[in-house]
Parts: sequence; C-alpha cells; structure tokens
Amino acid sequence: MTILLFGITRDIVGNATLNIPLNDTRALGSVGQLKSYLMDLFPALKDLTSLAVAVNSNYASDKTPITTTDEIALIPPVSGG
Amino acid sequence: MKEERYIRQTTLKDFGPEKQQLFAKAKVMVVGVGGLGIPVLQYLSAMGVGTLGMVEQDIIELSNLQRQVLYGEEDLGKQKIHVALDKLKRLNSETNLKLHDTFLTRGNALHILKDYDLIVDASDNFATRYLINDACVILDKPFVSGAIHGFEGQVSVFNYKDGPTYRCLFPSAPGQGSIPDCNENGVLGVIPGIVGTLQALEAIKVITQTGDIMSGVLLLYNGLDQSIRKIKFPTVLKNKQRKELEPAYEPVLCEMEELASVHSLNEQMNEMAHISIIDVRTSVEYAQEAIEGSTNVPLNEILDYFSTNPVEHPTYFICQTGIRSQQAIQFLRPRFPKTPMYSVIGGMAAWLQEVASTRNKS
Repeated sequence: MTILLFGITRDIVGNATLNIPLNDTRALGSVGQLKSYLMDLFPALKDLTSLAVAVNSNYASDKTPITTTDEIALIPPVSGG
Repeated sequence: MKEERYIRQTTLKDFGPEKQQLFAKAKVMVVGVGGLGIPVLQYLSAMGVGTLGMVEQDIIELSNLQRQVLYGEEDLGKQKIHVALDKLKRLNSETNLKLHDTFLTRGNALHILKDYDLIVDASDNFATRYLINDACVILDKPFVSGAIHGFEGQVSVFNYKDGPTYRCLFPSAPGQGSIPDCNENGVLGVIPGIVGTLQALEAIKVITQTGDIMSGVLLLYNGLDQSIRKIKFPTVLKNKQRKELEPAYEPVLCEMEELASVHSLNEQMNEMAHISIIDVRTSVEYAQEAIEGSTNVPLNEILDYFSTNPVEHPTYFICQTGIRSQQAIQFLRPRFPKTPMYSVIGGMAAWLQEVASTRNKS
C-alpha cells in the first residue's frame, strides 16, 4: 500500500511517499485503522486535528474500507499565502 | 479600443465577446494582497474584470519581495493596499478598484463581502480561511480558495451552488501551532505565483461559466515534481445550512488591555521599567533585526521555554506583524493568569518604521 503525503505530513514522515509492508496492510481494514497505525509510527500525526484522507483520489471517512492495492493520500489543510 | 484590448481572448471559441461582457460586469473580492492575491489581482484586472475589491492592512517588508512581485524596493514600509491600487490603476484604468484598508474580521466580514459576486481567498492564516468560508456560506457566495505550504499548493472552489464548503473537507481549524504558517515554514517565491494564477483561472471560469469548475474537487499541486492531483469530495449538508458566524475565530484578537503600541513599548524602555521583551519570531527572522535587550523564543518553543522560565515582569511579546505575538499570549495566559502580557501591535514592521530610527538618534 502506498501512502502519498502532503503538507505537514510530508515533513513529519520525512518523505513524499510511504510504503507499508504487505503484512501490516493486510491487518488494516479501514481508513480509521490505517490512521491509528500511522499515528503509532509517527506520533506527531496525532497533533493534526484536521486531516483529510483520500482513497484512490476520493475523500474517505474513517469507516471507508481499504485494500492492499489502494493508493491513500494524507491531506492536511495548508494556510500559507 | 475596448474590443481590441481583449481580442486575444474574445476570439477564443470557448470564451467570446459574451463571456467578456459577463466578466466586465463581475465584482470580485480578493482577501489578502500578498503572494497569492497579487497574481489574482493582476490577471483579473488585465483581462477586464468589472470591479475588484481588496482587503489588506499589512505593510510591505523586505522579505515579501521574493514572492509579492507587484512590489519593489521603493515600496518598502508602505501599505500594500495603496501600492497595489496605484499599480493596478496603471495596469487597467477601466477596472473599478475598491479598497478595504483593514484585516477581515468577524465584525466586518459579512459587511465587506456582501457586495461581491465572487470571493477569492488569498489569505495566509486559518482563522481568516474559516471566517471567509462561514461568511460565504451565510451570504450564499462561491469562493476560490488557494493555499500554499513549502513547494505545495491547494486550490478549490468552495460553496459553488450546491457544492461542498471548506468545512466539508476540513471540518475545523487545526490546533494552534500544529501546522506552521509561511513565516515559520518558508516558501519558494514562485509557488504562490503558480497557485494564485490557478486561482485567477478558476475565478474567470466561475464568473463566465466556462469549463469544469473545481467545485467538489481539491487540486493538489506539487512543485518538486510538477505533479497535479485532484481529489473529489462531497457536500456535507449541515455545513451548507449555517446562518451565523462562529463566536470567535482563532487566533482570537486579544482584549484591548493585552495590546501595546510600539510607542508605549518605547516609552517603557526609555523609563528603564522592569519589563521583558520576548521576540516570538523564528531565529532566522530574529537574527536579521531585533530589539535591543529582547529574548528570542520562537512561537513553537514558547510553552517549553516558559515551563522553566517564570514570567516575573510585565512582558511584551513581539513578532513580525503582531499575529504570532497574540498567539503567544493565548498559549501562556492560562498558565500566567495575572501577569501583565502585551502583544505589540504591528510587530517589528511597525517598530522599524516608527521607532527604530528615533532610538538610534538618541
């Protein structure tokens, strides 16, 4: 599973993308579970009270199911102008 | 002469004289005349928009010039809105330009925005972004949003007809300090130019009903690999039913007694009063110019710093323009409820313009 990182999430993870090992992704059934998994890996993500997630370029809720082949994007709001 | 002026776009099959007419009647408000707002204003004016409103109260600083390309070295220290007016008048004398020499606030937003057909959010902070969203929902107006972070940009058209709002994508403002602003994070000069130009294009499309309007679509631009991604998102009905603004938009403007002018700070310093001056800008900003005797504690370190350093004297917080210094007081107020704390209005920009030269002479 590939996670695309935008805004501050890219800074937190230190990379533009993140690949999750297949063994781990099999256990992740929903966006909510994936978020908890990522927050354990990168605790700074917990500070982001407003974070949109897209699955295959569509906005997703915590309940949205995910599969190992999905492309996920973490999209925090950005404010600069 | 007028026809010839716009002939390159009126000869376009998908634009034409009819759309030019629509454009010439449109009233567009641009909130923020900085990195994003400048290309929006320049292109809308050049292409013949009817009325352009601007809301801005900042002054032009040296560190603005790498991205705010309407301004030059001779404009340093002047008010952005007045310099922009002067330059846009020369660009197109037919554009009706309206100035609102203020920041957009909870108190003035509905009044200022109500006379326009379309709003462009070219602001640089979350408080204003949520305020614009809520005001536009209440007034039933679409707005073209653009925002940047480092090499990235986000663009969308919110509240367009039945389409989703900013809160449908990001329901509430992020916790303070969790996502940095431009001054803390840095921005490559050309990025707001690209993102602002994308906003200008969306504004033109909305006004003239041309092409696919990016309602319910968030465009993510990444300058590092020149990629553009589009994310679809749905309307959340309750966000469209708003009738009132929120009670406050963070950062809440401080109570009056928590604000101090650069002159009152100067007087305190002259009287050798027991005060502390805390500069909450980044170390890079602080290194360039700072007030004598001040201590640099960047905003993101402020809670850590004051967990070991008590606030003993009346404390003056200063940043570049007076926004971060207010946030500092909000962070610290719960911990030091009785200590006098002041945010210096206008920050270092005002200090340098109004006080620094007189101190040097004395």
